[in-house]
Amino acid sequence: MSDFLWLVIALPLAGALFLHFFGRYLREPLAGVFATLAIGAAFVVAVVAAVPFFAGTGEAEHLVIWEWMPAVGATFELQWDPLSALMTLVVTGVGTLIHLFAIGYMHGDERFHRFFTYLNLFAASMLTLVLAGNYAMLFIGWELVGLCSYLLIGFWFTRPSAAAAAKKAFVVNRIGDLGFLIGLMVMFATFGTLSFEGVLGRAATELTVGTATAIGLLFLVGAAGKSAQVPLYVWLPDAMEGPTPVSALIHAATMVTAGVYVVARSSPIYVESPIASGTVAVIGAITALWAASIAIGQRDIKKVLAYSTVSQLGYMFMGVGATAYVAGVFHLMTHAFFKALLFLGAGSVIHAMSDEQDMYKMGGLAKRMPITATTMGIATLAIAGIPPLAGFWSKDEILGALFERGGIYSALWVVGLIGALMTAFYMTRQWVLVFAGRPRWDEGVEPHESPAVMTLPLMALAVLSVVAGFVNTPFRFTLEHFLEPAFHGVEMQHAPEGWGMFLVLAGLSTLAGVAGVAAGWLAYNRPPEVWRRFQEGFGRLWTAWEQAYRIDDLYGAVVVAPGRRLAEFSAFQFDQKVVDGAVNGVGALVYRLGSALRMLQTGYVRNYGAGFAAGLLVVAIWLVVRGMS
Amino acid sequence: MTDWYMLLAAALFTIGAMGILVRRNALVMFMCVELMLNAVNLTLVSAGRALGSLDGQLATFFVLVVAAAEVVIGLAIIVAIFRHRDTASVDELSELKG
Repeated sequence: MSDFLWLVIALPLAGALFLHFFGRYLREPLAGVFATLAIGAAFVVAVVAAVPFFAGTGEAEHLVIWEWMPAVGATFELQWDPLSALMTLVVTGVGTLIHLFAIGYMHGDERFHRFFTYLNLFAASMLTLVLAGNYAMLFIGWELVGLCSYLLIGFWFTRPSAAAAAKKAFVVNRIGDLGFLIGLMVMFATFGTLSFEGVLGRAATELTVGTATAIGLLFLVGAAGKSAQVPLYVWLPDAMEGPTPVSALIHAATMVTAGVYVVARSSPIYVESPIASGTVAVIGAITALWAASIAIGQRDIKKVLAYSTVSQLGYMFMGVGATAYVAGVFHLMTHAFFKALLFLGAGSVIHAMSDEQDMYKMGGLAKRMPITATTMGIATLAIAGIPPLAGFWSKDEILGALFERGGIYSALWVVGLIGALMTAFYMTRQWVLVFAGRPRWDEGVEPHESPAVMTLPLMALAVLSVVAGFVNTPFRFTLEHFLEPAFHGVEMQHAPEGWGMFLVLAGLSTLAGVAGVAAGWLAYNRPPEVWRRFQEGFGRLWTAWEQAYRIDDLYGAVVVAPGRRLAEFSAFQFDQKVVDGAVNGVGALVYRLGSALRMLQTGYVRNYGAGFAAGLLVVAIWLVVRGMS
Repeated sequence: MTDWYMLLAAALFTIGAMGILVRRNALVMFMCVELMLNAVNLTLVSAGRALGSLDGQLATFFVLVVAAAEVVIGLAIIVAIFRHRDTASVDELSELKG
């Protein structure tokens, strides 16, 4: 049926390879246009392949491309089911818009074509991840997106902070990857294969709760690393050193959702283990609240969005942790739209403000940049959960499922509501600080609306941020029916049915959103002296938020410093003294032995002859003595 | 009868070996080597005769042939060294030492 599906990965990969070798010969916009066409074509292919699912007639397919290690279930095979189709459409669709935006944003960069090489390579890697038909191939994509993330965060590697951020992202991701890898080993030891069919199909019958918990928790370590959850979230805020389109594509819309995807994909394992699922949800809840509070105190426009992303990923984890997989994936999708929009809008602002990122030095931009201001305003309302925008429906779905699940999940529901309030507050704060009030620009900054190549993606994403929520409302569960085949046989958590409960829950979360927006508006749509005093009113709490609880310092003292000491000990004590000492000692021993033995070699033939004769004599005597006995 | 031949061969061999150990002139040492070889030839022939076998004589011919070849090369080397260095004393040719 979908034999041509390999094109989805091959097109961006071919784009990356072509740009790698020939990109330097292309004039500036051409490389970007080429890369955009490559991913756009992949999007078209994905849409065509997904048509049966939209029509409701599609069935999950396995397409084996190349037998690599069939014995362990690690062949190059594609899984084409509604879940991977949805992920593919999000990655290629949002990816195309961001590629387009980047043509304008990266204008004038020396390594323009290199940037698009990496973007295309990232797209191919991410599509490998979501289309993988087994965990081995998924892991390949998993590692490749990590590499692309590293390359793109450090794209401006001449800045020491960018190089350090790239390194940090890579190292923290490795910690998570190790957990994921061990999880894969446990899985292989249990099932003897890594293929989705072999593992997930048999999970319900053959998996013990203990093994399911082990695999689930180990996968969570990997997912927490990739999806920036507590305690491994620290790399994502630093990743904002990369160009803004990278932040939008990789660190908001696609790569960081890989952890959510893995949990959703492994749903047959997670439903077997309440402990693993519960841990996922609790980690998500802690992250949601923790990151939201940090986001309130940030003054860098991209840092706010970074912590907001971490927080929203926490919501997705809460959803999939409560076994409400559709809700989690639904929020993944809507979040991809409005967060990509927010980041691109931020990019547009940064571009206009001549690379200024401090929100305290913005203000009053709405008049100069009406399109950016409007679209970002829509995205702000969407993420704040104001109906009927996309964020409202998906967040409400998660909160409803948490409420319905009851028990400890009720506490998480309260956390989710508080988080929603904070989200609405800090997003409104951001919008007001940037676009409303009087200008606080530095001298010589002349903001202007971005060119059409940048505003068009903003408008497209704004439309999606408005309408995407309607694919799954309590009136019509379209997405749920769409995804159903992918979660076949998995018992899923849903929001409560019945209008009464829906109205109460939706009313509460709308209230939280509206209250947050109103508070943000009232607090910040005033002269700077007033809101500065408002912020100072929080005292040390505000300092803690502003400094992100100084977690980096804590990790620096607890993890990095001992690690550095260990490395220094290994390098200068153990390696130089013990290892090198052993090697040099052997050398010295042989040298001394040689100096002693060289005395035997006199150069006088008669000495050697005497040796021969003596040997002969010994042999002769031995023969005689043996002959006698 | 054979014992005497064997004793003679042993005596010749010992004389040759001692010559190699004590003499310094390469040419004399070379003659000592020949002496040792021929002492061995004598044992082979006499043992062959005592045992009534031709194998001893056969082996002796081999030794003769090899010795002849060896003499040719050895003398050539000694002459070459002598022309080069004006001496045939092996003690002065102790280049290869540790």
